[in-house]
Amino acid sequence: MKILVCISKSPDTTSKIAFTDGNKQFDENGVQYIVNPYDEWYALVRGLELKETLGGNLTIITVGNVADEAIIRKALAIGADDAVRIDADPKDAYYTATQIAEYAKSNGFDLILTGKETINYNGSQVAGMIAEALDLPFVSLATKLEINGTTARMEQEIVGGIQVVEANLPLVVSCAKGMAEQRIPNMRGIMAARTKPLTVVAPAAVEELTAYVEYGLPAAKSAVKMIDPNNMDELVALLHNEAKVI
Amino acid sequence: MNILVYINSSNHLAKSALEAVAYAKKIGGTITVVATGSVDDATLGTLGEYGAQKVLVDRSVSTEDSQQVTRLIAKAAESTGAELIVFSHDLVAKAVAPRLSVRLKAGLISGAVDVPNANGQVKVNVFSGKAFGFVSVKSATKIISLLPNSFQPEKSGSACAVEAFDGGAGASVIKVVETKIPEGEIPLPEAELVVSAGRGLKGPENWGMVEDLAKVLGAATACSRPVADIGWRPHHEHVGQTGVAIRPNLYIAAGISGAIQHLAGVNGSKVIVVINTDPEAPFFKAADYGVVGDAFEVLPKLTEAVKKFRSTPH
Repeated sequence: MKILVCISKSPDTTSKIAFTDGNKQFDENGVQYIVNPYDEWYALVRGLELKETLGGNLTIITVGNVADEAIIRKALAIGADDAVRIDADPKDAYYTATQIAEYAKSNGFDLILTGKETINYNGSQVAGMIAEALDLPFVSLATKLEINGTTARMEQEIVGGIQVVEANLPLVVSCAKGMAEQRIPNMRGIMAARTKPLTVVAPAAVEELTAYVEYGLPAAKSAVKMIDPNNMDELVALLHNEAKVI
Repeated sequence: MNILVYINSSNHLAKSALEAVAYAKKIGGTITVVATGSVDDATLGTLGEYGAQKVLVDRSVSTEDSQQVTRLIAKAAESTGAELIVFSHDLVAKAVAPRLSVRLKAGLISGAVDVPNANGQVKVNVFSGKAFGFVSVKSATKIISLLPNSFQPEKSGSACAVEAFDGGAGASVIKVVETKIPEGEIPLPEAELVVSAGRGLKGPENWGMVEDLAKVLGAATACSRPVADIGWRPHHEHVGQTGVAIRPNLYIAAGISGAIQHLAGVNGSKVIVVINTDPEAPFFKAADYGVVGDAFEVLPKLTEAVKKFRSTPH
């Protein structure tokens, strides 16, 4: 079983969000970058569990510059066998997905896993784009994934419930909460990660289709209005007359 | 402008489908809807009241198979000369819209919260709702998926024609083994009112008071991550960064302290009410209305107050 797990860097959840250059650039000052949690906790760990059960090889791939090798080494420390870095700044989802698909095309993977979205752009785009570029079936936001021979069985949370689906490999799956439990790299893994293969690949010529023009922060909320716990009639009146939501 | 709106609805027209059509109408142009799902022709025709000129329907397509749906929409886009394709940002769109973007080489804007501005840029939420961005598309054909509950559907037209459409989608490569949907529940992504609770409720046996309030309000019920992880409530009720992201008009949170990951999934709510015994709970900073008190006492009182309000003419 050859598994490819796509990882992306994202600011730590607790990072202060600010912008520079007239609100055109994300302010990286003081920001700690991590492996996007959905990629790490769910896609990577489930990929490792499958590899440990079924055998094979797990490769991680990211589109990024040399500074991103820190998150690659973290993913290797958790247990990936080897890594690929497409040497380019990820301009938009289409650019990123096309680069990954180009690599996957010539390396024949049975299973390609991603997180359901990144916590910085929240687009849920890359996995589906990879699937289309490779003309493969795609199951989005899977919460469970089992492999039996060449068949994958998955669970997805649908509106108000759960759905179980099956598809044949090769397959692209985006992973959501429920897939796996977070793994913390141990010292042996961290040491081993230093010598695991990391291949740097030149990017393909791809034009991006979208661009972020400007950013902003939501208007500050007005102070909370406190209500006496013994006067719920007042709260209901405020929700009706002031907030107009009931 | 020729606009194609994709909707998937089974049994009834989802509110998100009406929002997507009304959104396209607000942008302006000739609007064709391409529909999958089991909704009958007469019901689909009512999409004309929200701005659609015509509905093309292919009920043979399995919405679980994103390749089939992509082929259908691509064919409909070609036959209508679509310059813009609109989705609701739901589970199907998250699988299909990216595929369609690659197939048509059309830039995709996911999770739009407003119509394009004068420069054609579209506002989206980024950093899990902690910021917003304006996105421009460089390609001639554009795709937008609209975040549910971001746009109010309004009726203004009359029913429109519904035509069968052969999407040429081929056989499905995704097999649906089982679907489990509890009956009678309001789906969270569509709910305008949500009552949610956390570990402060102390156990699943106490959820009756949450359900009572939700019932009198006509609200959906939700929970925080620890509650779903412990197994007090089903995972599909978990709202937050790793669960369902929601944007209701009213979010009432009882016994939830307001961790940053929880806020990331609910901060799009228009009005937030927080009930907590701890006056220092971080959630109060994000709330519009706060009640410092024990959920076991406050929730029944609030339920009675809503009942009284509902029984009084306004």
